[in-house]
Amino acid sequence: MTQSTAFLDFQATKMLHTAQGRELLDISFRLDQGRILAIYGPSGAGKTTLLRILAGLTEAGSGHIRVGDDTWLDTTRHIHLPTRRRAIGFVFQDFALFPNLTVRQQLEYASPEKHDSSIIAELLALMELEALQHHRPALLSGGQQQRVALARAIARRPSLLLLDEPLSALDEEMRNKLQEYILKIQQRFHLTTILVSHYLPEILRLADTAIILKKGRIVSEGTPASLFAGQTPPQKNNSSFKTTGTILRIEPSANAFIVSVRCADTIIDLTLSAAEATALNLNQTVSVIFNAINPKIIP
Amino acid sequence: MNEHSTIDWQPLWLSLKLASVTMLILLLVGIPLAYWLAYSRRRWKVAIEAVIGLPMVLPPSVLGFYLLLAFSPAGAFGAFLSRYLDVRLVFTFPGLVAASLIYSLPFMVNPLLAGFRELPADLKEASRTLGKSDITTLFSILLPNIRASLITGSVLSFAHTIGEFGVVMMIGGSIPGQTKVASVAIYDEVLSTNYPLANRYAIILLGFSFCILLLVNIINHYYNKHKALP
Repeated sequence: MTQSTAFLDFQATKMLHTAQGRELLDISFRLDQGRILAIYGPSGAGKTTLLRILAGLTEAGSGHIRVGDDTWLDTTRHIHLPTRRRAIGFVFQDFALFPNLTVRQQLEYASPEKHDSSIIAELLALMELEALQHHRPALLSGGQQQRVALARAIARRPSLLLLDEPLSALDEEMRNKLQEYILKIQQRFHLTTILVSHYLPEILRLADTAIILKKGRIVSEGTPASLFAGQTPPQKNNSSFKTTGTILRIEPSANAFIVSVRCADTIIDLTLSAAEATALNLNQTVSVIFNAINPKIIP
Repeated sequence: MNEHSTIDWQPLWLSLKLASVTMLILLLVGIPLAYWLAYSRRRWKVAIEAVIGLPMVLPPSVLGFYLLLAFSPAGAFGAFLSRYLDVRLVFTFPGLVAASLIYSLPFMVNPLLAGFRELPADLKEASRTLGKSDITTLFSILLPNIRASLITGSVLSFAHTIGEFGVVMMIGGSIPGQTKVASVAIYDEVLSTNYPLANRYAIILLGFSFCILLLVNIINHYYNKHKALP
């Protein structure tokens, strides 16, 4: 996140009404073009509100949003670009597909150039939706609906892609597959992307940079590996939880390793730095310690 | 078959004409009204909703009485219409249409309102993020997804207009070819103790009403079975 020529410059405040009472969301960050930023934090921290302010779906109390050369929001100059005039691709948590349109029609509806079908054909091929293009959403599985939602957001030709916990409604296997699709999209279109997620393997795999939100404020920011791995385990922490298990799998991910540990009758996936992962062996018995955001393994 | 039981089709025809005109105008008025009620954040919209719903609970004669006062050339509104627009609403077909619009309004607006409210809120937001105006969103996304409500509202407002009696009597009276609709014709025949003819009109209206309700139920059954919301 450079300070001078960032593609996205965001600063906003907004009063949040959470279960814990009123909190002031007060966030500013910058993001370079073509990067993927992950936003992580407990529920009620303001993650979705931040995305909605970017999209213009929720009004900010004060602040500014600049994307490239355009100003989307500037409360001091009373600029508030309506949602439909912001070049965003928004993937909603429950996909928000239009029940009356087929897969192909959803993409055509989103495309600004009605007569240019090349981008639609390319997206259908890229997301492996060609066989389903004449189906309505009700006939599609969760994973297929998710791919349509992603393809539809890209068909709009956005300068900013916003993903609101896009994989939270899917099971483990489907998540892994869809992460592949998101990476494919990123390689092809180089979109500046903001991903809201509370799932660490997803962040480590997809994001270049991450922000941790808590009670409406940024508590830390940096690369996902530096934020979520390589920290010392908590020594005496009343909020931590400890269990033991055996290591089933150690697999490399984009910026780190995913280690699967069988604890009693469940399998826990943990994200570790390369240094931590290489110290472990398959079938080794280990202790797993959890705290709020940072699970640890001790041989 | 004696002369007393020869059926005059004109009142039935007039009822159909009144109901069709009312239904079409109500579609044009009801869609923007229900849209506003569903999506406006104004608090006083609950008061507007109550006013629209009044004809459902008010005795038709009460509604007819106040409409008669309002439409009468002796009143301010009626005088204005008569003087500047050359329109008379008392004892005329346009007057029946005006009264029917008010009387059947909730039967159009309530199903549409329920349809809009049942749609997931993020459909509208998703359309806006795809660069579409509210008008495009309404016609391309919202209305096609509340088709069942559109059909139910149209059929119910049509049927309700066919069945109105009290309001029509107060506003229109019983002028053949002008304001004498089927329900009024039944009343006239009963007054002149011509029960066989009254029975014929009544049987036709009964059969018609039954068919309408059957149609609404079939439509609802079909859409519930094929509901395509994710």
